[in-house]
Amino acid sequence: MPNFFTDNEDLKFHFNRFDLREILEIQEDNYEQKKRFNYAPENYEDAMINLEKTLELVGDISGNKIAGRAAGVDEEGAHFDNGKVTYAKGTQENLKDVAKADLAGMVLPREYGGLNVPITIYMATAEIMARADGSFVNIFGLQDIADIIKKFGTDEQKAKYIPKFSTGEHTGAMALTEPDAGSDLQACKLKAYQDEDGQWRLKGMKRFITNGNGDVHLVLSRTEAGSKDGRGLSMLACYNDDTVVVRRIENKLGIHGSPTCELQFNDTPAELIGKRRFGLIKYTIDLMFRARLGVAAQALGISQAAYEEALKYAKEREQFGKTIYEIPAVKNILLEMRVQLETGRSILYDVAKLVDIKEKLEGKLEKLKAAGEPFKEINNRLKELTKRANLLTPILKYIVTEDSNKITYDSIQIHGGTGYMKEFPVERLARDARITNIYEGTSQLQIVASIGGVINDILKDDFDRKAAKTYSGGLERLNDFLKEIREIFYESLKYVIDKNDNTFQDVAAKDLVELYSYIYTGYLVLEEAEELSRKKFIANRYIVTSLANAKKNAESIKSELFTDLLHADEILI
Amino acid sequence: MYNSIVMVKQVPDTANISGKVMKDDGTVNRAKLPAIFNHEDKEALELALQVKEQYGGTVSVITMGPPRASDMLKECFYMGADKAYLISDRKFAGSDTLATSYVLSEAITHIGKFDFVFAGRQAIDGDTAQVGPQTAEKLKLSQVTYVEEIKKVENNIARIKRKIDGGQEVVEAQLPILLTVIKGAQEPRPFSAKKIMIYKSAKTLLDLEKIANGNSLLNLDELIHEHKDKNLYIETLSTTDLSDIDVSKIGLHGSPTKVHKVESVVLSGGDAVKIEPTREGIGSLIDELLNDHILG
Repeated sequence: MPNFFTDNEDLKFHFNRFDLREILEIQEDNYEQKKRFNYAPENYEDAMINLEKTLELVGDISGNKIAGRAAGVDEEGAHFDNGKVTYAKGTQENLKDVAKADLAGMVLPREYGGLNVPITIYMATAEIMARADGSFVNIFGLQDIADIIKKFGTDEQKAKYIPKFSTGEHTGAMALTEPDAGSDLQACKLKAYQDEDGQWRLKGMKRFITNGNGDVHLVLSRTEAGSKDGRGLSMLACYNDDTVVVRRIENKLGIHGSPTCELQFNDTPAELIGKRRFGLIKYTIDLMFRARLGVAAQALGISQAAYEEALKYAKEREQFGKTIYEIPAVKNILLEMRVQLETGRSILYDVAKLVDIKEKLEGKLEKLKAAGEPFKEINNRLKELTKRANLLTPILKYIVTEDSNKITYDSIQIHGGTGYMKEFPVERLARDARITNIYEGTSQLQIVASIGGVINDILKDDFDRKAAKTYSGGLERLNDFLKEIREIFYESLKYVIDKNDNTFQDVAAKDLVELYSYIYTGYLVLEEAEELSRKKFIANRYIVTSLANAKKNAESIKSELFTDLLHADEILI
Repeated sequence: MYNSIVMVKQVPDTANISGKVMKDDGTVNRAKLPAIFNHEDKEALELALQVKEQYGGTVSVITMGPPRASDMLKECFYMGADKAYLISDRKFAGSDTLATSYVLSEAITHIGKFDFVFAGRQAIDGDTAQVGPQTAEKLKLSQVTYVEEIKKVENNIARIKRKIDGGQEVVEAQLPILLTVIKGAQEPRPFSAKKIMIYKSAKTLLDLEKIANGNSLLNLDELIHEHKDKNLYIETLSTTDLSDIDVSKIGLHGSPTKVHKVESVVLSGGDAVKIEPTREGIGSLIDELLNDHILG
């Protein structure tokens, strides 16, 4: 009876230190919801009990049902026959269980049948489920479609679309990518036009659409004929009726349970969600915070599974008269994996809470504006939070998804030849992890997205405050190391700025972002080490390793390593 | 519309035993063991919920056990049960299957009309598989054992698939009826998160008594009333409520089964013996099995 929540001490540690007071106060309308819904909490303590029990339920379903089906789902994959997409048998069963458990709309509001849980808990759910089956989270996470309609749709649209997501009758798809518009979404061509009756219709192609067979699509479409950039794009919702044709599903390296579709829209009737021309510049950008958080949670769950497999195998496998766990080189890999796993989790939940409170305050701001009440204070706070989220969401995704690739490969390594075989789950985990640093923005794009905030040192006050604190025992030494990393960062930053060369800055950005992430993550784990003594080991290894890595990052920048870009054409023959 | 009563039991988790769990009188010291929902009873509840979904009606669950059995009753709510009954009284302690089925049959009669009584085939602590059939006898009900599936209910006749040696058979029986459900019949549904959030605060009479005793500002009757209003009250029945009950037939002295001694039998294997696939080899194997009275 494995429970993927209760057996995970580190996740429970984070749950117990979540301070969701402000988030829940807004989310639960000061606990007024209890008057309308018998399953709403009475107060903060009650809410936390509900959330803990919800995660226990998620852990139970993940550990006892979803995990056991994952190998079958991977082997069978989603099918495409006669124009129709069918999920693997295990995926179908997962969807049924999740619906019966009321989790299909866990993040959706109660008036439309949802559980109304905070994003932070939704992310913990994604992590737990991904540990069981990474591919399932792709479909599960698409309740976000209904959540976007909740945020930007009209009351009529909300009543029309959201309830069936909550019951699990409907799933959704987010149709952004096109054959010629991947990372560059401004190039979207799919046309939305109004027919003589004023009905919006969609015409064109979308590609690489996760769960493109879903029942409701949100489609990024060009409503402004003749426009070329992002300002001509709007978000439209449509049902997956006969006019939407799945042309094919992709044959992928991993996440086989999640069907990736090529879609053709043939004058599909649709309706505008939110305002015209805001499709990319507002709604898609907004969506990206959540999508990136979700992918990071997915990657972390896969990492957890890979780590568990590696540890179990190392303790069972005997060579040279002892378990390989006793071999220092193997144990060292396990330590590295564990530290990456736990620091990844620290970043995930720090950023999840940040995005969570940001979204709650955005909702509150709208309400204050509508009621004609003063909102300046919240507005200022929101600006600050958005700046942080703009920096930290891409850093989170970059670090956790790259680490997930590393951890799953290390897990194969610990298994040796066995890990290369299909009979063991670790090769699947590595294949599933491989997409996480690609989709919802590649790692390279995450660096582009975060470099502005890094150059502007927007966490400066935070770091100053944390550096000035006194830490107990040996932790003060780690604070000194972090100060040293900061100095290295400032020197490297100055070097790049002084050089005043855009090409150089583009390639040096990776090192700068990494440097900044060491300081940010380092202070997170230092704080955790003050609360739990076991975490001192994690903080120590993370910060000591980061100092060594920081010197390497600085060296790449200052050694003018990147100047050979000028000769790239000669080298790249 | 068909109303069902499901008999459920909280059992010691026999897969995770540690320490001294048998008392000197040969009964189980339940306080020493983690308690879980007997799995076949959970499958019985699943079957009852399926009947409710398909034909309408209500599902009540009933258990005879100590106060902490309320945890399991709450889990029944989480799955979709409408009403729960805890049959609890010190006088029931030490009951064997005969006494237990007597109490349960009295309690079921007390609860009222029903079309189906469901039970798991057996509980993992006693493994007797007697309580279901004995309860049916006492209630003068037809019974179908080893049930896997209810295929159809029409005009008060249920068509039921049951497991038999080497296969299955489909039988028909007139309602009301008692069914015992076998492991693997139907996978129990996951708990509903909403129901967890609602019923996590469901209370038995015993729970409420404890709360009221510990706080002079609280009044037991008011607490009961308040919990009943919110549908968060687990009906609690004792010998006082079951007024027709014959107390000589319950508890340790109402139980003809006496456990005199419990032994822990450790099966130890010896060294492996290799037998050549020849006439001689097989002959000597047969002789050895005959000598050990394994064949004979």
